[in-house]
Amino acid sequence: MSKPKHAKKSVAGEWWMAIRRDRKATAGSIILAVFVLMGIFGPMLAGNPHDLVGIPLQPPSTEHWLGTTGQGQDVFAQLLAGTRISLMIGFGVGLTVVLVGALVGVTAGYFGGRVDAILSMFFNVFLVIPGLPLAIVIAAYLPSGSFTLAFVLVVTGWAWNARVLRSQTLAQSKRDYVAAARVAGETKFRIISREILPTMTSLLVSQVIGSTVYAIGAQVGLEFLGLGDVAAITWGTILYWAQNDSALLTGAWWTFAPTGLAVALVGFGLTMLNSGFDEITNPRLRLERAWRVHLFGLGMAPGRSTPVVMDNE
Amino acid sequence: MRYIFKRLGFYVLAAWVALTLNFFLPRLMPGDPATALFARFKGRLAPESLEALRAAFGLTDAPLIMQYFTYLGHVLRGDFGMSVAYFPAPVSEVIGTGLVWTLFLAGSALLISFTIGTLLGIAAAWWRFGKIDNLAPSIGAFLGAFPYFWLAMVALYIFGFKLAWFPLGHAYSDTMTPSFSLAFIVDVARHAVLPVGTVVLATIGGWLLTMRNTMVSVLGRDYVNLARAKGLSPRRVALRYAARNALLPSVTGFGMALGFVLGGSLLTEIVFSYPGQGYLLVQAVRNQDYALMQGIFLVITLAVLGANFIVDLVALRLDPRIRDSVS
Repeated sequence: MSKPKHAKKSVAGEWWMAIRRDRKATAGSIILAVFVLMGIFGPMLAGNPHDLVGIPLQPPSTEHWLGTTGQGQDVFAQLLAGTRISLMIGFGVGLTVVLVGALVGVTAGYFGGRVDAILSMFFNVFLVIPGLPLAIVIAAYLPSGSFTLAFVLVVTGWAWNARVLRSQTLAQSKRDYVAAARVAGETKFRIISREILPTMTSLLVSQVIGSTVYAIGAQVGLEFLGLGDVAAITWGTILYWAQNDSALLTGAWWTFAPTGLAVALVGFGLTMLNSGFDEITNPRLRLERAWRVHLFGLGMAPGRSTPVVMDNE
Repeated sequence: MRYIFKRLGFYVLAAWVALTLNFFLPRLMPGDPATALFARFKGRLAPESLEALRAAFGLTDAPLIMQYFTYLGHVLRGDFGMSVAYFPAPVSEVIGTGLVWTLFLAGSALLISFTIGTLLGIAAAWWRFGKIDNLAPSIGAFLGAFPYFWLAMVALYIFGFKLAWFPLGHAYSDTMTPSFSLAFIVDVARHAVLPVGTVVLATIGGWLLTMRNTMVSVLGRDYVNLARAKGLSPRRVALRYAARNALLPSVTGFGMALGFVLGGSLLTEIVFSYPGQGYLLVQAVRNQDYALMQGIFLVITLAVLGANFIVDLVALRLDPRIRDSVS
């Protein structure tokens, strides 16, 4: 029992080391950590974001770091409160989307035949129906709130992951090691969960990260359209009120600029972490990069032809 | 031919799923559009007219399955019912006016973005590790991180409000009447610069990357090396040999992008108060105008399905491998 536990720990340690080795991944995780800390502790430090604290539409000052909204609330306090909810929905939806996608995709890929035909048709239909209008129509009928929003995002977002994971599973299930496991009499559940899924760890992680980026973006977009709970304070509703209070036409840039930057920074951080992971888990990218660095060190530029590098040592 | 029918069958299935979703979603929630409309008139309608309205919206006491078939019949005849907000205009009429603007907006943005992005992708792959190849992907990733509509808001703030180079919204000036005069066309173009420009900015990176990545792998193929060895001009090798074959994934991506742009254009339309489908859709949601909402959703979906089918046909024409695998 102690052996697998030890192995698991060292895998996590390996990933941690790999993140620290890669510049992109390090930068991405630092950005993310800052926002997560802001989301956890920010709302405790700043005042109540609903409070009317001053004259509406004041530019940033020492008293209100990011100015006030069209109703006279503190933009900075709202931004912090929004960070918490938006990140929670983002990560929650990102994880759920991949779970649903994995369940459908892996089932389709492993069992094949009629199961595959039906499930594939199902997610292909969901892929071809335009997501944003569908999300709007569903959200319009359900009672508005964070849960509705999360549900809508999962419904419109899972299909892509299912498609990718299906083809991966299909490729893996034809490999010899799966055949060997089958001959050894392992159950289907065990083959899927212990043999096939571990080979896709890096793909799953990158899908969770990618889906989180999608979830945050789509959530902010839907709330901006007024489809969330407009009384709640999230990044999307901040932008919704900025637009509704005609922030643009009065020149109140501070009501919408910081929120957009926050969304972008989180997205950027996640994307950097993702491409870092890519290089960590894809030996080919790692080699290519090492080769490029080596060539640059010799004062050569990589091109289409293979340069002859003499090793003097 | 079998392939075409198979694809067609798939799109018909997708359309049917959309239709069915459209039918059952409103019936899952409490209240109905007729009651909403009735409430809008605040007692100025006689109670009998509520029944008439319910009938007009297809909400009869007939069993659900009968209602469903009545609904399908209506949709096939292009009858989407009455709009609540624009009462008594039929939904199809309201949609017609919005569709033109959306197609203009999304279509021109997509074409510009596809053309420039693909050309830049070719250039990036051809001069690999050159300026375009190093800079463009990071700029694309940077811009891609921002929510699209936020970029649009910033563009509107800078170019519309601060610099006042472009109008702040709408498809054409209030003082103009639509006509085929030069003045009107110039006016429409001026109003379209910011909406189209921001969509292009947000989507161009995708085209660039797709083209660059395929082109890089195609450039490693033997037939490209042979073409080079034959001493063909670099321009010919790049465009006629490599780019032509590398274009396929971009073409297949075109259909998906169209759905994305048609759907996503509603954010553009909200920011710029552009009178297209998306603007109507959001207005419909806010007014609880369910018939209009459903009609718009259906029209957008059908447009996307149709475009995907056309793209399938084009891909079939371009790629002999699909043709061979079918026959």
